[in-house]
Amino acid sequence: MRIICPIKRVPDTAADKKIDATDNTVDRDGSEPVLNANDEWSIEEAMRIKERDGAEVIVLCMGPEAAQTTIRKALSYGLDGAIHVNDEGVAGSDAVGTARVLAAALADEEFDLIIMGNQSSDARTMLVPAMLAEFLDLPALTYAKKLDVADGTATVQREMPSGHQVVEAPLPAVVSVVEAINEPRYPSFKGIMAAKSKPVATPDLAALGVDAGEVGLGGAWTQVDEITPKPPKEAGEKVSDDGSGNLGAQAVAEFLTKQKLL
Amino acid sequence: MAISFELTEEQAELRRVVRQFARDKVAPRAREMNANREFPLDLVRQMGEMGLFGLPFPTEYGGSGGTYLDLCLAIEELGRVDQSLGITLEAAVGLGAMPIWKFGTEEQKLQLLPALARGEKLAGFGLTEPGGGSDAGGLRTTAERDGDHWVINGTKQFITNAGTDMSDFVTITAVTSQQPRAVTNFVVPTGTPGYTVGGGYDKVGWHASDTRDLYFDDCRVPVANQLGETGRGFANFLSILDEGRIAISALATGSIQGCVDECVRYAHEREAFGKPIGSYQAIAFKIADMESAAELARNQYWYAAWLMAEGKPFKRAASVAKLYSSEAAVTAAREACQIFGGYGFTTEYPVGRFYQDAKILEIGEGTSEVQRMLIARDLGLPPARVG
Ligand SMILES: Cc1cc2nc3c(=O)[nH]c(=O)nc-3n(C[C@H](O)[C@H](O)[C@H](O)COP(=O)(O)OP(=O)(O)OC[C@H]3O[C@@H](n4cnc5c(N)ncnc54)[C@H](O)[C@@H]3O)c2cc1C
Repeated sequence: MRIICPIKRVPDTAADKKIDATDNTVDRDGSEPVLNANDEWSIEEAMRIKERDGAEVIVLCMGPEAAQTTIRKALSYGLDGAIHVNDEGVAGSDAVGTARVLAAALADEEFDLIIMGNQSSDARTMLVPAMLAEFLDLPALTYAKKLDVADGTATVQREMPSGHQVVEAPLPAVVSVVEAINEPRYPSFKGIMAAKSKPVATPDLAALGVDAGEVGLGGAWTQVDEITPKPPKEAGEKVSDDGSGNLGAQAVAEFLTKQKLL
Repeated sequence: MAISFELTEEQAELRRVVRQFARDKVAPRAREMNANREFPLDLVRQMGEMGLFGLPFPTEYGGSGGTYLDLCLAIEELGRVDQSLGITLEAAVGLGAMPIWKFGTEEQKLQLLPALARGEKLAGFGLTEPGGGSDAGGLRTTAERDGDHWVINGTKQFITNAGTDMSDFVTITAVTSQQPRAVTNFVVPTGTPGYTVGGGYDKVGWHASDTRDLYFDDCRVPVANQLGETGRGFANFLSILDEGRIAISALATGSIQGCVDECVRYAHEREAFGKPIGSYQAIAFKIADMESAAELARNQYWYAAWLMAEGKPFKRAASVAKLYSSEAAVTAAREACQIFGGYGFTTEYPVGRFYQDAKILEIGEGTSEVQRMLIARDLGLPPARVG
């Protein structure tokens, strides 16, 4: 079995710089880009298959030179090698461009499964897994909260607002996973030490035969015209009660009805 | 530059990973497990899977193939959030596994180390006795040879990691000859007839760490359980403590840094007389002093660890690290509680726990007085006439 885990390098949204910059080494881990959190679940899922059935797990990352640290982080979980599409031309790619490049990187690779996070914490489009499947002409099993692989078939529980669907597809297939699928491990020190000696292939766009005009900012189908910061939280509404609980409950019920929550 | 404070990429990553583990898994549990006096088996096992218990040992013995400094980095990060888990790791590796690694035969190492290094089992280090810890050479526990066995009698006091569900054995010092006096080390497996693990203590701090009183009553162990050379037992155990002081210093550094973390946050949030308390110099300066202590403590334990790794004499540097950082940890925790006001005297915030936990740092693995004695002796000052 050969499994591909596409990963993304994203800004650290959980960083709290003030309390992390406290030691005498240059330690910017509060603000440095990190491995996309959802990719920890896909890596964990791939590692579980590897440990159970035996598999070679390969990281796939499209990103700048600096993405090497993110790739090494992914490898430290115990993965076997990486493909790093390292080309300045991919900067600013939208979901289609990204999927196009990832698909091109896999065109000549043999694999049984692609397992990836259902979204990246920076862009949050949730589009890339399905688009990648489309480019590769493979079935896509998205939003998996449980994955079973047996006898050449992948079966997932697909998370739905009101429960889950059970969906299956023959291998090879693309699976995107959600948080509920597992609790990712922490890398072991042995894994951290081994990560630097794992093989990393570094094709550029030309080597993959991708037309540079179709990807990157220039090739993007979508364009961000304007960015507005999240409006500040509005002051809450205070309701008073006479101690009986009735007035308060009534006010809360009215509020919820007004918000269409009841 | 001959001087460098740069960690390797792998060390920096180890520290990041342990920091994340401490923040995400340990911190949310710390208050409860300390209140319940609970030894958190699941967290300890997870630390085992991360390879923390094998950090300074080679992979052939189940270790992670790192260094003693790597171990210290992990202890500091755990200690920054919970001192009990920090001491559990420190004692398990520095005191429990290290005597096997340093003094065991190849056979003993292969048999005993891997389970410890993988964090599946724990070992205790039985030096202190009810009659004395500072004067550990005055031990009363005896071992008498009887055919293919040694018969052990005596009591050990305050032994960390000896009574958990994962505790596999304890190594001890015992007098094997009175004239001339000889002290030798033995491995005593949990469950050996005649070896009883007591109920522990009502401690002031380190509530989630396991500390036990041990009783040996005609306890027979095979001669193969002797560890190291006959008559070298006391010197060997003291050399374990020399290194252990660096790790305790890392634990103390974590405590100070944990106080800084908490106080910086609180000094922003808490307001008095209409302003955040951090804007008052009286509070800001306390935190600045705390940060200074954390950095000095860290620099000194790094220095001692570097000397040790370079094969240079490191004992004095280790004593300085242990003495300074443990006393600074008590001061930092006391001031942190002050900054938190009334809340600092509750268990609602971690600083109260840091205060309870800090005191033992000045006592365990050689009291502050013992460290000063060692430093003074190293300077050539005449020893006190004892006895
Ligand atoms: C929670 C906990 C965990 C521990 N874990 C372990 C463990 O895993 N293994 C182990 O072997 N031990 C362990 N200890 C024991 C610890 O190392 C001893 O408590 C410590 O060494 C002090 O020994 P003592 O308690 O007998 O005090 P004492 O030696 O009786 O000292 C009493 C006081 O006299 C001072 N003093 C003693 N001699 C001198 C002198 N010559 N000059 C000046 N002052 C002096 C001391 O500094 C101290 O202030 C642990 C203790 C605790 C509380």
